Amino acid sequence: MHRHVRPALAAATATALAVGVGGCAGWGGGPSGGGPDTINVLMVNNPQMVDLQQLTAEHFTAETGITVNYTVLPENDVRDKISQEFSSQAGQYDVATLSNFEIPIYARSEWIAPLDEYVAADAEFDQDDVLGPLTASLSGDDGRLYGEPFYGESSFLMYREDVLDAAGVEMPANPTWQEVADIAAEVDGIEPGMAGICLRGQPGWGQVFAPLTTVVNTFGGTWFTEDWEPQVDSEEFRTAVQFYVDLVREHGEVGAPQAGFTECLNNVVQGNAAMWYDATSAAGSLEAADSPVKGKMGYVAAPVVETDSSGWLYAWSWSIQQASAKKDAAWEFISWASSAEYEQLVGEELGWSKVPAGKRASTYDNPDYLAEASAFAEPTLAAIEAADPNDAGVQPRPAPGIQFIGIPEFPDLATQVSQDVSSAIAGRTTVDEALQRGQQLAEDVAERYRERESK
Amino acid sequence: MSSVTDVAPVAATRTPEGAPRRPRKPRSGALLGVAAWLIGFLFVVPVLWMVLTSFHSEEAAATNPPSLLAPLTFAGYREFFGVGTGTSPWPSLLNSLTASVVSTVIVLLLAIPAAYALSIKPVRKWTDVMFFFLSTRMLPIVAGLLPIYLFAQWSGLLDNIWLLIVLYTAMNLPIAVWMMRSFLAEVPVEILEAASMDGAGLLLTLRQVVAPIVLPGIAATSLICFIFSWNELLLARTLTGTVAGTAPVYLTGFVTSQGLFLAQVCAASFVVSLPVLVAGFAAQDKLVQGLSLGAVK
Repeated sequence: MHRHVRPALAAATATALAVGVGGCAGWGGGPSGGGPDTINVLMVNNPQMVDLQQLTAEHFTAETGITVNYTVLPENDVRDKISQEFSSQAGQYDVATLSNFEIPIYARSEWIAPLDEYVAADAEFDQDDVLGPLTASLSGDDGRLYGEPFYGESSFLMYREDVLDAAGVEMPANPTWQEVADIAAEVDGIEPGMAGICLRGQPGWGQVFAPLTTVVNTFGGTWFTEDWEPQVDSEEFRTAVQFYVDLVREHGEVGAPQAGFTECLNNVVQGNAAMWYDATSAAGSLEAADSPVKGKMGYVAAPVVETDSSGWLYAWSWSIQQASAKKDAAWEFISWASSAEYEQLVGEELGWSKVPAGKRASTYDNPDYLAEASAFAEPTLAAIEAADPNDAGVQPRPAPGIQFIGIPEFPDLATQVSQDVSSAIAGRTTVDEALQRGQQLAEDVAERYRERESK
Repeated sequence: MSSVTDVAPVAATRTPEGAPRRPRKPRSGALLGVAAWLIGFLFVVPVLWMVLTSFHSEEAAATNPPSLLAPLTFAGYREFFGVGTGTSPWPSLLNSLTASVVSTVIVLLLAIPAAYALSIKPVRKWTDVMFFFLSTRMLPIVAGLLPIYLFAQWSGLLDNIWLLIVLYTAMNLPIAVWMMRSFLAEVPVEILEAASMDGAGLLLTLRQVVAPIVLPGIAATSLICFIFSWNELLLARTLTGTVAGTAPVYLTGFVTSQGLFLAQVCAASFVVSLPVLVAGFAAQDKLVQGLSLGAVK
């Protein structure tokens, strides 16, 4: 009868495990939230957050006695979870990473707590050191401050200085998109497997439509006019998208319809692209100690057509949930994570290329940081300071935002349109068809706002 | 390609006659064996790929075309086990183990008596009962997600592993009842009658007669329930937070939109799939019996 021995054993083990597991506290059951000196933080899994996690116990908990429990999720998942958690005011999390896209919207719904009083009482934090455009974009309609940036970014053009020099091509300090397209044509294929330029083509409002909306802006286009008329099939919008699609199809990277930030970063690091228009925060990775292109890159302002500047503005920031019962501890955490002192700590412990930069003016006066980041520090600061979410294109807009329109419907709308744009990059549809569909989708959104405003 | 032409006539002559199955000729048997290995290999390739990638550096894992012969490193595993990063996978692995084992035990405790009452001593209208069990699976879980979330919030059960245990039990119970019913239905009535003629009581019959026959079925059912609970992501991601997060939730946390993560995710995926693999291997012989027992029907 040996045949039941094994299942019997398995059952016994399972029971023993269940009993053993149930017997130990420390995970699983019990009310979440822990003691009064424990805060829960929900954050996106970007490298800067991973560094923060690593430094918290030794440098924050040890000094303040506040334990921080992190939940780390990929960007899309974290957005879902944050909106679910904050809209229901479940109070599980005290702090979450929100961006300057969500913060004004969440502030309007009173899901997040204003920070002005904390800032005023915390002289050491020095809000005036935080770059002006960021403070403005993290404030609500009521003028109060609802978020503190962890790191900020704009967009600019990165290029292989060595490759362009060898080809005898000069990059203007403030290039136009036409000049960039000409350079892309010239250096395309100059080294085996090297594309002229890398541009995002992956569907998603935060993927292809981040750089593409800035291109639309500077070509004179907009998603909506000030009085909510959709402009997706307008001449300017169409010209901009056609330009972008043509450029990436003719001189762009292999696999462009699937390429997002990460893919382009890989392409540039591996020498598969001569130029890249993307987030300023990418420069830290390009200039990291183990990067094969370290010291070979040049950085200039985002290309323009009709506007003076076209770089976007984005900041992963900390906000406190309105339902949190531990707002004081939460602020203490934020004021540490967003401080100049924390940047110094990262620089000394992990290396200056890992500093969550782009949010404080003092970062760009720090000789240690500049020694590491001299190649891109000045263009980054200039790009962020030139970004104006309230004046992003040639015409007035109904809502703030540069690479997005600050309305809750935008992610859904732009993601749907981006599917067709990505198809156009793959050659499966035309730009005209993509934008006609986009116009209908935009009209659905615009109609709601027009109705609301006429009431 | 001559071997292919050899096989075709053999197969062609055998089927029309409908003759009783004889041992295959060694040659076609070998070919079938090779084919089976090939197909099996194709199915395992992604897993092997994952394991190989997990031992590569992030840079090597991200290259295109892939660099197969890149130097091996444990960096991905060090990262997963949180060496120097201030994180640890153990709480989430233990949460997963708790949720899976406890819910599986509860499911078995409930499903076996239910299945008994649907097969060996069937209740009236037992087919309706079976259909009722199945109907609870017809609503996609995602449709119930919001009410469950709001209920959990209202009852203070958010981020509590016991909520997951209850949900996983509810999720797996219908499947377990259906599986166990088909296994119990295999028990020949004659054996039960013989046992009762010999004066065996209910408990003795269950222990000495029914149990040995259905043990493979129980093994198969518990493994299925264990796998479903272990791998469940949707509910876990929505309903847990910092305390009760399970291994799949922890696993997704390695995905980032800025920077490289493939090697880490592969290492994490491999570690997270290990318990299921181990359970599968441990129960392998019972499982084959159990699964084929159900399949014959």
